[in-house]
Amino acid sequence: MSIKSNQSLPGADDITRVVLANGLTILARPNFNSPSVVISGSVSAGSLSDPDQKLGLADFTADALLRGTTHRSFQEIYDALESAGASLGFDGGTHTTGFSGKALAEDLDLLLALLAEALRQPAFPTDQIERLRARLLTGLAIRAQDTGEMAALTFDQIIYSGHPYSRPEDGYPETVQAITQEDLAAFHRSIYGPRGMVIAVVGAVEPGQAVDTVIQELGDWSNPEQPGIVQVPPTGYPQEPLTRKVDIPGKYQTDLCVGAVGPQRRSPDYLPAALGNNILGVFGMMGRVGEVVREKAGLAYYAFSSLAAGIGPGPWSVAAGVDPTNVEKALDLIRSEVARFVSEPVSVEELADSQANFIGRLPLSLESNSGVAGALVNLERFDLGLDYYRQYPDLVRAVTREQVLETAGRYLVEDRLGAAIAGP
Amino acid sequence: MQTNLTRTTLSNGLLVLLKEIHNAPIISAWMWYRVGSRDERAGITGISHWTEHMQFKGTPRFPAEVLDKAVAREGGYRNALTFLDWTTYFETMPADKIDLALDLEADRMHNSLFAPGEVESERTVIISERQGSENEPLFLLGEEVQAAAFRVHSYHHEVIGDLADLQAMQRDDLYNHYRTYYTPSNAILAVAGDFKTEVMLARIRQLYEGLPPGDLPAHKVRPEPVQPGERRLAVEGPGETTYVQLAYRAPAATHPDFYAYLVTDSLLTGPSNLNLFSSGISNKTSRLYQALVEKELAVGVFGGLTATIDPFLHSIVATVHPSSNAELVVEAIDAEIKRLQDAPPPASEVARAVKQARALFAYGSESITNQAFWLGYAEIFADYDWFLTYLDHLAEVTPQDVQHIAQTYLRPQNRVLGIYLPTDQNTSQTTEEPA
Repeated sequence: MSIKSNQSLPGADDITRVVLANGLTILARPNFNSPSVVISGSVSAGSLSDPDQKLGLADFTADALLRGTTHRSFQEIYDALESAGASLGFDGGTHTTGFSGKALAEDLDLLLALLAEALRQPAFPTDQIERLRARLLTGLAIRAQDTGEMAALTFDQIIYSGHPYSRPEDGYPETVQAITQEDLAAFHRSIYGPRGMVIAVVGAVEPGQAVDTVIQELGDWSNPEQPGIVQVPPTGYPQEPLTRKVDIPGKYQTDLCVGAVGPQRRSPDYLPAALGNNILGVFGMMGRVGEVVREKAGLAYYAFSSLAAGIGPGPWSVAAGVDPTNVEKALDLIRSEVARFVSEPVSVEELADSQANFIGRLPLSLESNSGVAGALVNLERFDLGLDYYRQYPDLVRAVTREQVLETAGRYLVEDRLGAAIAGP
Repeated sequence: MQTNLTRTTLSNGLLVLLKEIHNAPIISAWMWYRVGSRDERAGITGISHWTEHMQFKGTPRFPAEVLDKAVAREGGYRNALTFLDWTTYFETMPADKIDLALDLEADRMHNSLFAPGEVESERTVIISERQGSENEPLFLLGEEVQAAAFRVHSYHHEVIGDLADLQAMQRDDLYNHYRTYYTPSNAILAVAGDFKTEVMLARIRQLYEGLPPGDLPAHKVRPEPVQPGERRLAVEGPGETTYVQLAYRAPAATHPDFYAYLVTDSLLTGPSNLNLFSSGISNKTSRLYQALVEKELAVGVFGGLTATIDPFLHSIVATVHPSSNAELVVEAIDAEIKRLQDAPPPASEVARAVKQARALFAYGSESITNQAFWLGYAEIFADYDWFLTYLDHLAEVTPQDVQHIAQTYLRPQNRVLGIYLPTDQNTSQTTEEPA
């Protein structure tokens, strides 16, 4: 009675995929094991469209969508959602604005109706916009005190110097102050539209019914003004190795971030880089970096690497939180681990371990409806093909030690690494 | 809900709970020990959490580096958590690999080394973990509030422990703690997922029944006396943002008032999400969001209760609006509490809280890991029946019960009021250094 793992992975035979004439792609997969349903997806509207002096506009717009529509007030929207025990939220990113929601299956119609209203008819009521602005500004004040966030933000400024990716999506206090109600309405009017939009519906609902309801709510949406995909210029290396320190007085721990620009998700470099990253700073107790910085030297509670490959080339970095007196020691250990990683091939055993880890953990990442919905959206966002998760084990096994070394060496160029330090 | 559930005790006292769930080829196994910061006294605060860390440092059969990699190699996910009343270790694995988890948990219940060198390198790791928490204003405030709420009971200190004790504790303190509390008779093994109960139970007997039962450890608890009046405190620290925390002395999870208190908290601060592996929902229609955020006194508010063995705290935390202040926030919270004390809420509002709980319960049941978590967690402070009847008990709560909770518990004399006061308006400075 046990279930074969490959049968539980989503594939072309159990994912329903429909592309509408207006450019909206719908994905659905049923799961009747629990009486709940999840939606997840994105629209093509992100901070790449923000003017410098109004940075944070896309993010502010996303947060404002549920603050009132032409049909319902803020109170009415949240009364409907929360009375059903449902949730819905939007999050502005660099290329896209994401959304996600969940409800009991009996309330899916309500969830989709509210999603469509928020996307199509937001009203941006002034009183709610000002309350939201206060919350965003408080969030930025808290960010300025957060050593981890400030290290990551400063790291992006270093490695993406001169590139749009150097800008934080949530902006700065002065740019968020500069955004008017009319800016929000105009951003929505000119950028939001169905072209490039993706929505996945996963849970206790028949796929046909899910697709019909999405079509009913969003099938006739159009926006002739909607621009094409925003192209970003290529990224490069910083002109010189650069270390930048942000002083945040009164704190107890310093955060570090060291690394460079990595590959984009669609790149053939992605899997070798991801497996290499797993060996460098994830596998077991945070990989080689964790072994050296945490287990052997006892310098940090967390010391790990991450590869944030997205639509464009994301950062490939090592992060750690250390005692302020141990910054140099930790930086030296991290740099020497990166140097070893780009100069010697990983061992046969290390690669085999990480390959087994990637293949084995896939079903676990698809345990919940939200895990499956996120996986379906990624298939679409990165053009992976509906059978990607079934092919994945073979793709992972095909990666060689030489590919890992060659890929690492092209991205983590030793004398071009950026380093950001934030702490007292 | 009751189908496919087995609850049995092995001859050495190990309580075993098994629940077959055949949704996905996954099994989640949790080993719970009845030990947490509640069992600590001054001088060894943080010892339960540190012991948890040492459980990742290896046994003769599974040395640390082997242990670290073995689970990950099979695609498993594992972690450990230490809290007030408990310490737990879990592995969620592909179903055909679960034997590794069962085997290593049996091994490290008895055979962990606690090598002196490993104890020393872990000391600085844990101090670093504490420093990371100290960077957060809400940790600094919460630690002071908790300490003020419990003068006598060992819920007084944070699970991570006090720095003085983290600097002073020695290997033998940790090892003795391990030997005292890590015994079958003080443990619960909970497994949920894609297995056959008969086969799973036979394997568990094979791995665990031979372990010596150990002496049932005494849990020496000093009950907290009735609080004689409101306690107020201030914490000062960096930043621009003011926070307010109100902590009311709340009943234990098995107290008949606990369910009505959950509903009361839901009305005030939004639905409580007791799941560990599923996110909650928004609270914008809750009474305190309406009174604080919609009135521009705060930019956010949250709250919640914790299911504990002994009475713990009901907390309400508000992030103060930049143009408001802590006093105005406290006044507005008090006015909302008075409204509940003066008149029971509409039945529809109570019914709504119950529907919200039902939805959160459904979201939580999507995850096998979360279901296995509940099997053991509920046994720590009550039994699994507590979880199975949770929604029924909530449905029995009446508007009068909610009013009773507000009148009985939500009194200033029963609370600690803590305020985080930011000391500066400095923005951070950036400097560039040569590499």
